[in-house]
Amino acid sequence: MEPTLEAQKSISTDNNAIVVKGLRKSFKKLTVLNGIDFSVKRGTVLALLGPNGAGKTTTIRILSTLLLPDGGQALIHGFDVVREANKVRSLIGLTGQYAALDEYLTGEENLHMIGRLYRLNHQDIKRRTQELLELFDLMEASARTVKTYSGGMRRRLDLAVSLIAAPPIIFLDEPTTGLDPRSRLIMWDIIEQLVTAGTTILLTTQDMDEADRLADKIVVIDGGRIIAEGTADELKQRVGSERLEITIAEASSFETAKRVVYGEGLHLDSKTRTLSLATKGGVHQLKQVLSRLDEAGIGVENVSFHRPTLDDVFLTLTGHTTEQPNIVIEKQEA
Amino acid sequence: MTKSSFITSVQTEKHSKIFWALSDSWVLAKRSIKHITRNLDQLFAVALFPIMFFLLFRYVFGGAIDTGDLSYVNYLVAGILVQMLAFGANYTTLNLAIDLQRGIVDRFRSLPMASSALLVGHVGADLVRNTMSSLIVLGVSFLVGFQPVAGPVEWMLVLCLAILFSLAISWLSAIMGLLVKSIEAAQWTGFIVIFPLTFVSSAFVPTDTMPEALRFFAENQPLTHVIEAIRGWLVGAPIGDSGWLAFAWCVGIIIVAMPVATWLFRRQALR
Repeated sequence: MEPTLEAQKSISTDNNAIVVKGLRKSFKKLTVLNGIDFSVKRGTVLALLGPNGAGKTTTIRILSTLLLPDGGQALIHGFDVVREANKVRSLIGLTGQYAALDEYLTGEENLHMIGRLYRLNHQDIKRRTQELLELFDLMEASARTVKTYSGGMRRRLDLAVSLIAAPPIIFLDEPTTGLDPRSRLIMWDIIEQLVTAGTTILLTTQDMDEADRLADKIVVIDGGRIIAEGTADELKQRVGSERLEITIAEASSFETAKRVVYGEGLHLDSKTRTLSLATKGGVHQLKQVLSRLDEAGIGVENVSFHRPTLDDVFLTLTGHTTEQPNIVIEKQEA
Repeated sequence: MTKSSFITSVQTEKHSKIFWALSDSWVLAKRSIKHITRNLDQLFAVALFPIMFFLLFRYVFGGAIDTGDLSYVNYLVAGILVQMLAFGANYTTLNLAIDLQRGIVDRFRSLPMASSALLVGHVGADLVRNTMSSLIVLGVSFLVGFQPVAGPVEWMLVLCLAILFSLAISWLSAIMGLLVKSIEAAQWTGFIVIFPLTFVSSAFVPTDTMPEALRFFAENQPLTHVIEAIRGWLVGAPIGDSGWLAFAWCVGIIIVAMPVATWLFRRQALR
């Protein structure tokens, strides 16, 4: 397909597939997005990381033209999601949190229907349907109605459907939430291959590991604001390195333990009799600490390495964990 | 599995806006029509309910109802047909509410398709379902003694009016389907609107024994005009002004309800 003049113009002037500026959205008194700015370079993966209610899904819904923003602007390949919604729609594929499939149609019929609604010609629809059914391991189930599909099959078909028109930009809203470990690995593999093929991907997740594995850039949002952004490594550095945690067996020897153990970022909790300190994960340091405790005659109950998790990122950046609902939102709801 | 096959180049077709509006509607009508055959419960429900009513009124109440020169079975067929069309056309409410509750409407809205196509698809499927159940109900009516006197012209008029009436109710149902908050609500809203409308009409009994106020309503509401017109053409009962009034009501409802439903659907997209 020949790119239109406008599309060519935007390709030459802008290397970003997605540009978001000052995006705001409220539902009645509840502020969901409070001025969000980010951009996604062509052919890269950006992960929106945040707890429930942070504004991740709202952002995706605005970018995929399902919701109107209250303020700010969002451009997809240079096209405004509000004023040029139809142009945007022909460039994007959307996979939401819940499989958006027709239960009474077969897998193949779902693909055909959406292909035609993307305005593809009939030959391409047939070819793409076959390609995607094979790639997503759905050939055998292709003539069965979706009602009979398992959860993992639905997710795969759902993603296949959003790829039917080979869109240059894909939105994935929590693509692996609720999937079993094997299906999750398959999904990650597919996403990586999409990126290899040059697709720009914006995904949301609550899972640091997922963002770590897939994303070129991570934007952490909370309460409708961006609280941090950068690569996975940059974010982890802000949180701190890996930590070594040692639980002392006897409460009485905890005081002594405090005196013999020293190290960077030492943190003590006398209630749980836990010492924790920053570590590079080496066995050497572990040996040192344990032998010092042993020399002082202090019994050790438990030793563990603790890698930074999304919860740590949140705790460090916001002062609350991902599981707690956001304080700002709670106030506005009341 | 080659790495590049997730994304292979595709061609979109270039056509006018009107072509695509029709094409999108056709694609979604095909979808809804497939639902009829894959979900036979709905078709049976649409056809069985009127057959039950038919037999109930024909054999239980019918003997006690005075319909003058017309035999009661000949009187009843038009009423049963219209009631069935009204309930059948109400499936747009239910099926639209189901689509809205599940994620698939989000998918449709993120596509470069005509926004009214989903509504047109459901309304079109109602028409197909109604045609099928009309044939079943007519078949049963011949079995229990229905003797129409209609010629080809009258049958054509009945067909045209039945189609327009089905479309009118379907578009009203589309509005309800967009306003209800749950699938449960969609199931009973049609019932509580259509049930009284069909009973406070000339569907089952002549209106002249009703109390004054009720009678005034019954004789002037659109369903009665549609029933009277169809009855007149089928079995030769006097029609009066009901023929053109029935067409006027149906066309009027379609002209108003279609844009309102489309507007509501677009507006919902932006909440």
